[in-house]
Amino acid sequence: MPIQRRAFLAAAGTAATAGLAGCTGVLGGSSSGGEAGVSGETLTLTTTTSTYDTGLLDALNQPFQEMYGVTVDAVAQGTGAALQTARDGDSDLVMVHARSLEDEFMREGYGVNRRDLMFNDFVVVGPDSDPAGIQGSDAATDAFAAIAESESTFVSRGDNSGTHTKEKIVWSEAGVDPGGNWYREAGAGMGDVLNQASESGAYTLADRGTFLSMQSNIELSILVQGPIEGGPELLANPYGVIAVNPAVHDNVNYDLAMAYIGYVTSPQGQEVIEEYTANGEQLFFPRALSEDPDFQQYVPEGWSGESND
Amino acid sequence: MLPFDALAVVADAAAVPVVEFPFESRYLLSTIYVSLYVSVTAVALSTLASVPLAIGVGFSEFRGKRFVTSVINTGMGFPSVVVGLLVLVTVSSQGPLGQFDLVFTKQAMIISQFVLATPPITGITLAAVTGVREDVRDAAFALGGTRADVALTVVKEARYGIATAVLAGFGRAISEVGSVLIVGGNIAGANGVSKTRTLTTAIRLEARQGRYELALVLGAVLVAVVLVVNAVVVRLGDSKTAGGGLR
Repeated sequence: MPIQRRAFLAAAGTAATAGLAGCTGVLGGSSSGGEAGVSGETLTLTTTTSTYDTGLLDALNQPFQEMYGVTVDAVAQGTGAALQTARDGDSDLVMVHARSLEDEFMREGYGVNRRDLMFNDFVVVGPDSDPAGIQGSDAATDAFAAIAESESTFVSRGDNSGTHTKEKIVWSEAGVDPGGNWYREAGAGMGDVLNQASESGAYTLADRGTFLSMQSNIELSILVQGPIEGGPELLANPYGVIAVNPAVHDNVNYDLAMAYIGYVTSPQGQEVIEEYTANGEQLFFPRALSEDPDFQQYVPEGWSGESND
Repeated sequence: MLPFDALAVVADAAAVPVVEFPFESRYLLSTIYVSLYVSVTAVALSTLASVPLAIGVGFSEFRGKRFVTSVINTGMGFPSVVVGLLVLVTVSSQGPLGQFDLVFTKQAMIISQFVLATPPITGITLAAVTGVREDVRDAAFALGGTRADVALTVVKEARYGIATAVLAGFGRAISEVGSVLIVGGNIAGANGVSKTRTLTTAIRLEARQGRYELALVLGAVLVAVVLVVNAVVVRLGDSKTAGGGLR
């Protein structure tokens, strides 16, 4: 009996040691460094599913990681969740697409140094049968009104994302308060919603990038184009990058966040965006480089109007 | 990190593809590694805590014992998303463990898996040790065993039940997606190496993009991994007993 006990204790001890060794290995790995500058550090970037699922982010991050010798941890969450994670001080930088939510984030003091990054547009997609007859509508609001009128199934993101924010704006411009059995709030990411809409022959609002990258897997077509293909300006989809304010959260890696903003808005970063394609089509259009000043990108929209000068 | 190097060697050996596999080997292997690292560590730590706890509860008589037992059993059904949220709030930089910078790390995932695995392991172990016949305990005691000797005898007698408990805990941990998504963030580097992406969150990512075939391939990999772990645990249990069968 005592011999068995010793064997048992030895085994337990070995297991505990092995477990601890694993822990210290990981901890040691993350704190290693000693080189000058930001080398070896990690940037936590919270962003939307559209930049991640299209593969753009990997294409953008690879050169940045090599240039600075750093790691970018990209967490794809949706605009509302990405901004909330940043508010909690758990990310260093956000890359999102809902100007109203971004402005709120900056007004609350959580974000600094916002830059316009790139844009694409939203498209209204639906089944080829088009039960609401919206194909070729010039105005997104007319299309939404027709969907509500015919009570055709519409799948909403319902997740406080940038796309969801835009969808709510279009509904309100159309003068419709969506509700009823035909209006489904999925509470899911863009890909999930496109799958759902495809499965149930429903309409939805999608960002062009995610739609193009998934086009071959789903049975939906673009029925109302966005501004890139001559559609209404209301469906524009601008992306911004904002660093988390280090005065509010002193734990954030502000230097590296600013290095990242510098990189993605540089000619090199903008070229990566310009040249990124999926299924042979360009998904995002760079917007950071301009000879003419655009001060509106740095401040909440309409800021100069209220500052009274 | 040694286990990862070992995996990398395996990856190189498997570099000559027999069939066209839809994932890069380093992506797949690093994802399997994260899954196993997180689940195995959490289950190992949980076992070290749960078995003594179960023996303590099982062998003592106290007021409210039935209540403690039902709390443990209720814990088995605790929703993983809620556990994930609670762990996130705890490790967030605004939370009580904020200074350790644990958000979106494997350590945070281990914490939530530990919380999820502990109730099943404790509950099933408790049932197993309570099932050991009293005369076995008495015999161990009568032969001059100390309390620890008696406990070890019971553990030995209940080993199949405890192995089942560990496997149930492991099964819950490795197949879980809600909490590891919230606290881990499903992060893979731009070079395709997983940091906090597990097989389950990778399946989630593929399904989100409508790539159901790829999601199913990952699902098959997950089932295979669980099968191998189960086989290893059962084999370990058998080899220790040298000829001893089921009770």
